[in-house]
Amino acid sequence: MTDLNTQAELVRRSLKRRYRKERRFRAYGIVAVGVALLALITLFSDIIGKGYTGFLKTTVTLEVNLDPELMYLDDASDKDALRMADFKAPLLAALRQELPDATTSREDTRALGGLLSGYAANELQDRVAADPSLLGTRQVMTFLAHGNVDVYNKHAGETAYSIKLTPQQQQWVDTLKANNVVNTEFNDILFVHGDSREPANAGVAGAMVGSLLTMLVTLLLSFPIGVSAAIYLEEFAPQNRLTDFIEVNINNLAAVPSIIFGLLGLAVFINLFGMPRSIPFVGGLVLTLMTLPTIIIASRAAIKSVPPSIREAAEGIGASKMQVVMHHVLPLAMPGMLTGSIIGMAQALGETAPLLLIGMVAFIVDVPDGLFDAATVLPVQIFLWAGSPELGFIERASAAIMVLLAFLISMNALAIWLRKRLERRW
Amino acid sequence: MINLKTVFTSVALVGAMSAVATPTLARDTINVVGSSTVYPFATVVAERFGRNTDFPTPKLESTGSGGGLKLFCDGIGTQHPDITNASRRMKPSEFERCQRNGVTDIVEVKIGSDGIVLASSKQADNLDLSLQQIFLALAKEVPAADGSETLVANPYKNWSDVDSSLPNKPIRVMGPPPTSGTRDAFSELAMEGGCKTFPWIKAMKAQDKNAYRAVCHSIREDGAFVEAGENDNLIVQKLNSDAGSYGIFGYSFLEENSGTLQAATIGGKQPTIDNISNEVYPVARSLWFYVKKAHVGVVPGIAEYVTEFTRESTWGDNGYLVDVGLIPLARKARMQASQNAGNLVTMTGNEL
Repeated sequence: MTDLNTQAELVRRSLKRRYRKERRFRAYGIVAVGVALLALITLFSDIIGKGYTGFLKTTVTLEVNLDPELMYLDDASDKDALRMADFKAPLLAALRQELPDATTSREDTRALGGLLSGYAANELQDRVAADPSLLGTRQVMTFLAHGNVDVYNKHAGETAYSIKLTPQQQQWVDTLKANNVVNTEFNDILFVHGDSREPANAGVAGAMVGSLLTMLVTLLLSFPIGVSAAIYLEEFAPQNRLTDFIEVNINNLAAVPSIIFGLLGLAVFINLFGMPRSIPFVGGLVLTLMTLPTIIIASRAAIKSVPPSIREAAEGIGASKMQVVMHHVLPLAMPGMLTGSIIGMAQALGETAPLLLIGMVAFIVDVPDGLFDAATVLPVQIFLWAGSPELGFIERASAAIMVLLAFLISMNALAIWLRKRLERRW
Repeated sequence: MINLKTVFTSVALVGAMSAVATPTLARDTINVVGSSTVYPFATVVAERFGRNTDFPTPKLESTGSGGGLKLFCDGIGTQHPDITNASRRMKPSEFERCQRNGVTDIVEVKIGSDGIVLASSKQADNLDLSLQQIFLALAKEVPAADGSETLVANPYKNWSDVDSSLPNKPIRVMGPPPTSGTRDAFSELAMEGGCKTFPWIKAMKAQDKNAYRAVCHSIREDGAFVEAGENDNLIVQKLNSDAGSYGIFGYSFLEENSGTLQAATIGGKQPTIDNISNEVYPVARSLWFYVKKAHVGVVPGIAEYVTEFTRESTWGDNGYLVDVGLIPLARKARMQASQNAGNLVTMTGNEL
C-alpha cells in the first residue's frame, strides 16, 4: 500500500517537469519551423524586391521620318545599300523634334544618341528590311531606351544605383517622360531574346530553350535506364556479393559532388568521343550520369513498397515473373518512380558546376535550334549576369532567378499532381 | 503501361543512334575562349559582329587566360577554339606547346589595357598610397620596423600604422581569390612592386626565387584582407554599405559605379584612362587576343571578326569598347596593331 502511494507521489511530483519538458520540446519545433520560414521569406522578399523591376523595360516612342535622303538609302530592298545606310540619323532627328533645346553640336548629338539602346539603329534597319515600303514615310515606332536611361527611370534616388546620365540627359529624360515619349512597359524582351551585353536587350529565351533541351536529353536517357536498372536489381538480380557491391556504389555515386561528373563528361564525351563543347546533348549526358543514382534509389524504394501480397497473388494465378513486374509491380511503383525522377530532374535543372567544364558557361546570343547547337542553361545565365558590371543586370539576374524558381515550382507541382493521380491505396 | 516495353526500346534506340551519329560537326560559329577580364569587351564586339554581319554571333567562354591558351594550343581542327583572349601575354612555354601541337601560325593582337583599382565609397577617406605602403598594409609578412632585415608577421592594424600620413582607420580590404586573373595581376604589379622597394628582399630574387615569390605574393590572412569571391559586383555592394572598407577590382567596375565610388591614388597617380594607357598608373596590364590562322577560311567570319575588333569605331578613343571600360592603346600603336591584325601577321616566337 505504502509502495503504491509513494509511486503515485513520484509520478505526481515528476508530472510538472514532464509537462514542462514537452512544452519546451514543442517550442523548439516551432522555433525551427520559424527560422526556416524566416529564411525563405527573406530570400523571396530580397529576390522579388530587387528583381520585379527586371520585368519592366523602358521604351522610347518616336515619330520617325524615314527620309531616303537623310539615310542615304534609295532602295530598301537592296541588301548592300541597307548596310551602307545611316539608320541613326532619322532616330536622332526624331529625338531632336521632341527636345528642341538639343543643339547639333557633337557633344549634344552623342548625348542624344546615348538615350537610345545601342541597337536601336539595327532594329530600325530590320524593320525597313522586312518592309521596304516604309521608306519615305513617317512612322510612329517604339524603341528600347539605353540601359542608363532604364536605370535612371526605375532607380533614380536609390543609393545602390549610380546614375550615369549627365544632368542634361536627366533633364531630357524627365521632359520625355512628361510627354509620354519615355514609358515603362512589361519587359517582353526578357522572354524572347537571348543573352546580350546590353541589359536592356538581354533575355533568358536562349537559356530557357537550352535548359529544356538539356532536360529533354536527361529525361529520355536517365528515366528508362534508371527504372530498368532498379527493376533488374530489385526483381531479378541474384543476391550475391556482386549485386551488393553495385548497390553500395550506386549509393556512393548519389553523394559524389556534381563537378566530378563534369570532369568525367569532359574526359569521355568531349576528349575521347570528340563531341563539340557547349552543346545541350553533352550537357544532358553529363546530367544523366548525375541524376541516375537518384532515380535508381527512388525507383528501388518505390518497387520495395509494393506489398508482397500483390506479387504473390499474381504468381499464384500463374503469371510469369515478367508479367508480374510489367502488369502489377511497375504500375503500382510508377508514382514513386516519377516523383524520384522529377526531383532528380529539378536538381539537374539547377546545376551549373558540371556544365562549366563542358563549356556551357558561355556567352551565347543566338537561341539554340537543336541538341547540337551551342547553348547555355538558366542557372548559368544567372551566374553570368550576376558577375557583369552593368547595373541593369542586377535586377535582370533576380528576374531570371524568379523564372528559374517558377520552373522548379512547376516541376515539383507536376510531381505532386502525378503522385496524387497515379497513387493507389490498398 | 502496355506500351512500356516499346517506349523503352525506342528511347534506348534513339539514344544509341544519336550517340553514334554525333559527328565532329563542321562549325559555322566562331569559338572564342579565354580571360574573364577580356570577356566583357569581347562579348560586346561579338554581339555587334553578329548583329551587323550575316555571320552567326561568336560563342564566348570565359575560361581564364591560362585555361584559354591551353585549349587554344590543343591543336588544329574545328573541335578546338579559333581565338583565345588573355589578360597577359602568351608565355614562351605556351608558344612552344602550340608549335608542338601543330598550331604554328598565330596572330597576336594587343587590344588595350585594364587598370586595377583600390576603391572605396565616396563617404570614406580616400587613400593616397605608394606601392610600398600597399605591400606593408596587405602582405602576410613585412620587414621588421627596426630595419633589421628580418620578416615579422604583419603588425599593422590601422592605415596610420603603415604611414602617419594615412587615415587612422582600420585596414579592411576586399579582393578577389587567388584563382582570379585580377588577383594575379594585383600580386604581381602592386604587391611585388612594393616588395622590391626593399633592396634586401629584391636581392633574394637572385638567390631563391621561390622564397622571394612567397614573401612578395603572400597576402595576409588575419582578417584585414577578405577574399570576396570572383564576383566584383559583390565587392561594390559591400563598399556601398560599409564606408570603412576598400575593394580591389578592375577599372570597368569603377567606371560603371563612378557615381558612388572613388579610387585611391597609387604611386601619385589616379586611375584615369590617360594614366592607364600611358602606363604611368602602376597597377595596369595589357590585354590581348590570339587568332589561329589555320582556321581562317575554315570557320567563316574569323578575319571579319578581327577586323571588327580592330576598327577605330570599336577600340578607338571614341569607340564603343571605351563605353564599357576598355582603356585603348595609344593611337599610333593602335594603327600599327590594326594593320598587323588585318594582314594576319603571324608570330615568330622571338617577340615573347
